[in-house]
Amino acid sequence: MIKEWFKTGLPWVWLNAAAVSVCLIMIVSVLGLIAVRGASHFWPAEVIQFKYQDDDGQLKTIIGEHVDSSVTPAAMAKSAGYKMADDEDALVQYLIKTGNRDVTGADFRWIQVRNIKQQEAPAGLVVIERREWGNFYGQLTAVKENGNVIASGEEAVPIAMQKLDAALAVFKEINHIEKKEIGAVNYELERLRLKQKSLQLKNRWNAETEKTLAVETAAYNEQYKSYQSQLQALYQKIRLDSVVVKTDGGNEADISLSKIVKIYQPNGMGLFDKLVHYVNKFIEFLSDDPREANTEGGIFPAIFGTIMMVMMMSVIVTPFGVVAAVYLREYAKQGFITRLIRIAVNNLAGVPSIVYGVFGLGFFVYILGGNIDQLFFPESAPAPVFGTPGLLWASITLALLTLPVVIVSTEEGLARIPKSIREGSLALGATKMETLWLTVLPMASPAMMTGLILAVARAAGEVAPLMLVGVVKMAPTLPLDGNFPFLHLDRKFMHLGFHIYDVGFQSPNVEAARPLVYATSLLLVVVILGLNLSAILIRNHLREKYRALEG
Amino acid sequence: MSETNIKIPASVMQKSSSSYYQQWRLIKDNLARYGVIAGGMGVIVAVVMIFFYLLYVVFPLFLPASAEPVSQYSLPEKNLGKTLLLDMEEQNQVAARFTDTGKIVFFDLGNGKTILSQTVAIPAEAKIVSFAQATPMSEGAVIYGLSDGRAVIVKHEYNVSYVNNVKVITPSIVYPMGEQALVLDDTHAPLEKIAAQVSDGSTTIIAKTVDKIRLSSFQKEQALFADDTALTRTDAQLSLPATGVDDILIDKDGSHFYLLSSNGRLAFYDISDKSAPALKQAQNVVETGQKVTSIAFLNGDLSLMIGDSSGLVSQWTMVRDESNRLAMQKIRVFKVSDRPITAIKSEQRRKGFFTVDAAGDIGIYHATSEKQLIQKHVSDALVSVALAPRANGLLMQSADGNLHFWKVENEHPEVSLKALWQKVWYESYPKPDYIWQSSASNNDFEPKYSLTPLVFGTLKAAFYAMLVGMPLALMGAIYTAYFMNPVMRQYVKPMIELMGALPTVILGFLAGLWLAPFIEEHLAGFFSLLVVVPVSVMLFAYFWQFMPKSILEKIPEGSDAVLLAPIIILSGILAFYISTPLEAAIFHGSLRDWFKNELGIGYDQRNALVVGVAMGFAVIPTIFSIAEDAIFSVPKHLTVGSLALGATPWQTLSKVVLLTASPGIFSAVMIGFGRAVGETMIVLMSTGNTPVMDLSIFQGMRTLAANIAVEMPESEVDSTHYRILFLAALVLFAFTFIFNTLAEVVRQRLREKYSSL
Repeated sequence: MIKEWFKTGLPWVWLNAAAVSVCLIMIVSVLGLIAVRGASHFWPAEVIQFKYQDDDGQLKTIIGEHVDSSVTPAAMAKSAGYKMADDEDALVQYLIKTGNRDVTGADFRWIQVRNIKQQEAPAGLVVIERREWGNFYGQLTAVKENGNVIASGEEAVPIAMQKLDAALAVFKEINHIEKKEIGAVNYELERLRLKQKSLQLKNRWNAETEKTLAVETAAYNEQYKSYQSQLQALYQKIRLDSVVVKTDGGNEADISLSKIVKIYQPNGMGLFDKLVHYVNKFIEFLSDDPREANTEGGIFPAIFGTIMMVMMMSVIVTPFGVVAAVYLREYAKQGFITRLIRIAVNNLAGVPSIVYGVFGLGFFVYILGGNIDQLFFPESAPAPVFGTPGLLWASITLALLTLPVVIVSTEEGLARIPKSIREGSLALGATKMETLWLTVLPMASPAMMTGLILAVARAAGEVAPLMLVGVVKMAPTLPLDGNFPFLHLDRKFMHLGFHIYDVGFQSPNVEAARPLVYATSLLLVVVILGLNLSAILIRNHLREKYRALEG
Repeated sequence: MSETNIKIPASVMQKSSSSYYQQWRLIKDNLARYGVIAGGMGVIVAVVMIFFYLLYVVFPLFLPASAEPVSQYSLPEKNLGKTLLLDMEEQNQVAARFTDTGKIVFFDLGNGKTILSQTVAIPAEAKIVSFAQATPMSEGAVIYGLSDGRAVIVKHEYNVSYVNNVKVITPSIVYPMGEQALVLDDTHAPLEKIAAQVSDGSTTIIAKTVDKIRLSSFQKEQALFADDTALTRTDAQLSLPATGVDDILIDKDGSHFYLLSSNGRLAFYDISDKSAPALKQAQNVVETGQKVTSIAFLNGDLSLMIGDSSGLVSQWTMVRDESNRLAMQKIRVFKVSDRPITAIKSEQRRKGFFTVDAAGDIGIYHATSEKQLIQKHVSDALVSVALAPRANGLLMQSADGNLHFWKVENEHPEVSLKALWQKVWYESYPKPDYIWQSSASNNDFEPKYSLTPLVFGTLKAAFYAMLVGMPLALMGAIYTAYFMNPVMRQYVKPMIELMGALPTVILGFLAGLWLAPFIEEHLAGFFSLLVVVPVSVMLFAYFWQFMPKSILEKIPEGSDAVLLAPIIILSGILAFYISTPLEAAIFHGSLRDWFKNELGIGYDQRNALVVGVAMGFAVIPTIFSIAEDAIFSVPKHLTVGSLALGATPWQTLSKVVLLTASPGIFSAVMIGFGRAVGETMIVLMSTGNTPVMDLSIFQGMRTLAANIAVEMPESEVDSTHYRILFLAALVLFAFTFIFNTLAEVVRQRLREKYSSL
């Protein structure tokens, strides 16, 4: 019976079907994993207070968020050195994020569930997000102003929140002065330094130019000083206030408001409050600068860098890709040459991306960039301007990488345009170029769009070559700012994909950074799948349209 | 099909309108034509340029070295005595000649003009009886052993300054141990042989008198708060007959020294404790009947290059033997000449050395790569030679009293086919091995550029990825293209292809931070998954046929995949659920420990299994998409014919469809393999990146691509390391080029075949 069943070949068909199922399940579960972990990053987790009995029998309090659980079978736990009772068949442990790294030395700890004597979530517990040292968990007991307690007990939290709002406003001002204003002054001073050096190189450095430059420099230095004094005043103001928080160990810690980003009480929040918190955190994630070696805060510079790079790349890749596709479809005789080009295109698509990185670094950065520096920026030597990895070279390298995507897609679009349209145009006396420009290319523009979208999606997710040609873990300045010439193609930039790699693998505190990496991954996946889906939709729409035309 | 065949004769157009505007239109048309052609060719140019640029960077690795005479002049200050030592400074502008009368003559290397002549502070009553260059060579110190048991250490230094934008090098001499001669032998016996190690903190001198060997060590101790330093002296005397000792060498740390006797016996001593030198080993280093004619440390002072009277130079290095004791071992031999080797000089930055034989033939070699770089004849006999600190110049004194200055171009001696691809016996390693270790913190490190472990790692990663990805992708493609109902196919295919758009950095991150710990914890569950899921699928399929007709009819044909999804998920969960008790019962607790204890297979958290799954995931869409296209585009009349003749769908598939589509499937696999070979981020993040050569599925690897990503940003431009990384990129490029081109040619053929069918 079974033998006969095997003879029909049906089992193999089922097995093949199972392969498809497995593939689909894998995709869905990977996407699900990223979605769940990424999206839950912003949700305010409950802060739990455990009464925990240590191995030495002491009872103590642990406050923290429950992050993860692990179940170890008894036999394995025993071999790992845990004492196991005979009736226990597994050791259950919780990973608790206890924060307070500056006090205890570690953010996380594992506790054994069997030793938990009591667990509750008192509404009064506060979570304090800080600019340094990660979160702080505990009980807010008092608010101090200039060292004097101005509020304590019940009213401490609302007063602290009020004070914090004021402090954050001051901090914003400080940030503005430090980044924008002083940044601009520094930029101008650097420009003047280079100007002086350039004049010296050209032998046009004389008393007159020296005087004008000195006047300008003095003006900027004056400006710098005034900002400096402003900053000092602001810092004085912000350092006055602090909050007193009691940790789970019973110690009291004084935290200056200048170090605090946010204070909240997750256990006391209603659903609506939590939603508001969620949205706020999400907005902060998208629009803030990273803190604490990228493991906290937002990812704005990475988003901005990715977008800038992708835009630059699009500007470069589109014309080249379209022209190559037009040649293949409209001009070339199908034969040896087109075959060669197709092989070249396929190879461009198949060459490992890291090879593009190597090529980009060697050819674009060192050869082209090095020569540009010698010709146009002798005054900056020995510091390279374009002779070092940067936005321009990254864009060109990725343009080369994504060229095949645009070519293939555009070519397909051109192939779908019915011959009759070209013939009609030619018959009316248009030249070939006019036919292309006025009828064929506009009709193929959605196909080009598709290609471009796919290229953008590819470039946004590519990391390996970028590591060699311009991405850094932390860029002090954005490639676009208010200083002339506004777009700084020579600057290094941050990138979402590299951010994931860097934070997930190079950061000193991987455990603490993990939620952020998941959130970043989710964002990247959503963007890339969104781009791909829209490309597929445009393509399908296009196919329908031309099917109608041909019919 | 796109070619427009209608051409309008230019003459017609010109006749119909002869205005300037028409001309302009035609010009534009032509310009566009050339522009477009140029653009099309640009693609080829791009590929060719990438290839040739990589080649251009790699090429100098394989250029031969060269040595050319630059100038020749007679010995400066000939009357000041015979040459004991020639030396050159960093810039190859000034050279020094140390004479046996205690003079140091500094002269211009270009023309031999004397710049400065200095007299070493040698007590008037004593004579120079021995002389040696102190280690480390780059410090420029020498020691004179005197006839009354005293010794003087002198260092020659060069100060570079710019006068009116012209570089001026001023030589000078200093006495690191003071101008006063050091008393080494209090019986005032002449120091027949001498050796020294001189560094900032400590100085060690070993001297041989007629019947004794004495060791004196000076430890400089900086007082904590004061500027002055105190010297602590330790003396020791060796309890061996000093007769027959021909040469003494101390390594640069002052922790070992070597005594060489003229009959070829080499003894080495541990002097980590300066007061108690301990003999570690003594053995013959040349064939009987031969004599040691020259000896020198290789840079780093870990190996000795020993030249003998038969023209062989052998490299001896300290290796730990089976009982973990240090022992000198001969690791390679160079056949330099048929005549005795009269001098060996080592490079100061690399593992290269320079030899001179009795007939005045010179040679430059590199130890690690076992390469002979230069072989030239200079003069009939060479008395004294010097190798420039940067190994880019040679200064040689011939017997007729002339000095010869040669320029050497020798940028990449470390590279040879053997060094890149074969087992090499590196210094301090117990046996020849494939090692990739490109850099270290210290200067005299021996770079190990074996590409073999990297290529091995690349292929291993790709192999496991294909092991996971290929069956799933091909089986999935077969089902999707041939059995699945068209409505479902419309959604399934783009969905799997969409999976290919997932950035690999995300797959790598999940593999490294989620999958690797997960598999580590649930190893048994993972393996039981491989058994439980297929079995459950088969069981389900078997019992499905007994379902009542009424249910079977309601389910559209070709939607088995949907039916199976819950079965697979449930059986997957079941597999993990039963694995824990199974593991406890069969493997006494943990499968990982069992592997380690019973089979001796170590477990790395980030291993080939993790890479296989993650990269398998990444190649599935590539293979699936191409294979599915190939199967789907098999002409319908073939399958219909087969079915009409009574074959079952499975028979039709396996005997007709797969055969016809096999070239397409082949090219799908090739492209998938190419992708797996070049993938960077996944391997970078989900393996430990250690370049080990271990086939075990539980060990990591380092691939060519990941290696480039890790090391490229740190490598110095145009260095050997940089070029070797380019070579790795070129290898990757060539590899994928061949695979992709082959696949593309196969596909083009297939397309033509289908269109003719």
